[in-house]
Amino acid sequence: MRSHLGAAPILPSPPPRFTADAMTSGMSLSMFGRQVYAVLAKDLLLEWRTKDSLSAMLVFALLVLVTFNFALDLRPDLLASVGPGVLWVAVVFGSTLGLGRTFAVERDAGTLDGLLIAPLDRAALFAAKLLGNLALMAIVEIVCVPAFAILFNVAIDVFAVVVTLAAGTVGLGAVGTLLSAVAANTRAREVMLPVLLFPILVPVLIGVVQATGLAMGSVSARDMPWLSLLLAFDAIYVAVGAVAMEYVLED
Amino acid sequence: MLSEIISIVAQSPNRSSQNFEPDGRSIALDSALSTQHSALLQARGLVRRFGMAAALRGVDVEIAPGEQVALLGPNGAGKTTLIRVLATGLRPDAGSLTIGGIDARRHPDRARHLVGVVGHQTFLYGDLTLRENLRFYGRLYGVTDLETRIEAVLDQVGLSSRSSDLARTLSRGMQQRCSIARATLHDPLLLLLDEPETGLDEAAQRTLGGILHDRANRGGGILVASHRAEWVRGFSDRAIVLRDGVVTTDGDALAFGRSADPPVAAAAIHG
Repeated sequence: MRSHLGAAPILPSPPPRFTADAMTSGMSLSMFGRQVYAVLAKDLLLEWRTKDSLSAMLVFALLVLVTFNFALDLRPDLLASVGPGVLWVAVVFGSTLGLGRTFAVERDAGTLDGLLIAPLDRAALFAAKLLGNLALMAIVEIVCVPAFAILFNVAIDVFAVVVTLAAGTVGLGAVGTLLSAVAANTRAREVMLPVLLFPILVPVLIGVVQATGLAMGSVSARDMPWLSLLLAFDAIYVAVGAVAMEYVLED
Repeated sequence: MLSEIISIVAQSPNRSSQNFEPDGRSIALDSALSTQHSALLQARGLVRRFGMAAALRGVDVEIAPGEQVALLGPNGAGKTTLIRVLATGLRPDAGSLTIGGIDARRHPDRARHLVGVVGHQTFLYGDLTLRENLRFYGRLYGVTDLETRIEAVLDQVGLSSRSSDLARTLSRGMQQRCSIARATLHDPLLLLLDEPETGLDEAAQRTLGGILHDRANRGGGILVASHRAEWVRGFSDRAIVLRDGVVTTDGDALAFGRSADPPVAAAAIHG
């Protein structure tokens, strides 16, 4: 080895510690968890500092609620059946803004390649991005549900609504996270996500609106299977997202 | 000479005190540098197409422990594509790729632990500090004793005093230096650099040369892609010239340098 670089300051370095653990046969659960934590903590810290996604999601969701409040003169009997739909339109539209940025922001910043060449389990990446999205969507819902109750003067069974919202949010988040990765590889990524998302989201939307209606007392108890159906879709979407992420992100 | 290097690396006193989490069963360095896999990197017949256009058309590359290889070629020759394929960031359409004895096409996650990459982009998050960026990547690679390691690599690139600054507040050259720190954070077996001199001043280029030289002396493999033949041949053992996705020259860099003064070298590379 020779150098033509002159008196370059070569700092003393330890002997090589080339990553022997790389040759392990697979990723342990603890390593998976640490990777999820690393990506999630990074995403939440970035969002805390910039508030790029959350502010847009909140404003848009509240605007939808206010718009519906002015546009629809809902009598109490109509409100019970239409209300859940209004609430979920606001949540879905607001959430879509944040979901769309999940991978687009990595692509635009040039950091996606950094993630892809790292030994980052793609399922861990999906899990971390999903959890980050769920956190943001939860904040939107924490703001939107009371706003909805006040604007439309609706009495809400808090526990039932929270359970329903959680189930619906997981489904929405799982599909949105996966499709955000798909959309990030397209040129028209901003408009592509809603186009891809809404058709696939139909089963979840139907289920969650019905289940929310149940929670609000506008649907009878015999419609309880909607929540079960919703949970089944959640499980399917999360599993598909974790498995498909590797293929979606492949160039 | 190769066996000597392998022997030196394998007999390193700190060999067993890895800086990395022994995740699952720990396999010794011997596996990577076993006699059957004397090359750190072995690529055979790599083909990569983008639609109808072939960026790589049967590229063979081999890098031995301690070898510093320059990858030269004009714009559009396929250097960046080759670096991305070797870094497992891009799947080849055909060919084989072995890194440290691991079939990187079958087990890319395992091979990725062995590779550090400095690309066109720094892979840094602008709204994170340099330390936070390195901490993030260190966690992805499972680096233990992370804070100490971060101090060491920041010191090596001369950015210790700026470790609490947001990445976006630094100049392009400083970001590039941090990118080099990121790429060496997990002490990879193989370092792939795509025009790493971008944005670096003379002093930083010398520091980079020193880091590469140091790593090669410790048995690591280096592949530096550039269209600046004069710069890379200064610290390379071997030069590979890529044109239109095909290796046209693969030989001793010193001989390449001697036989080709800058204008002639330019003619050899650019045609």
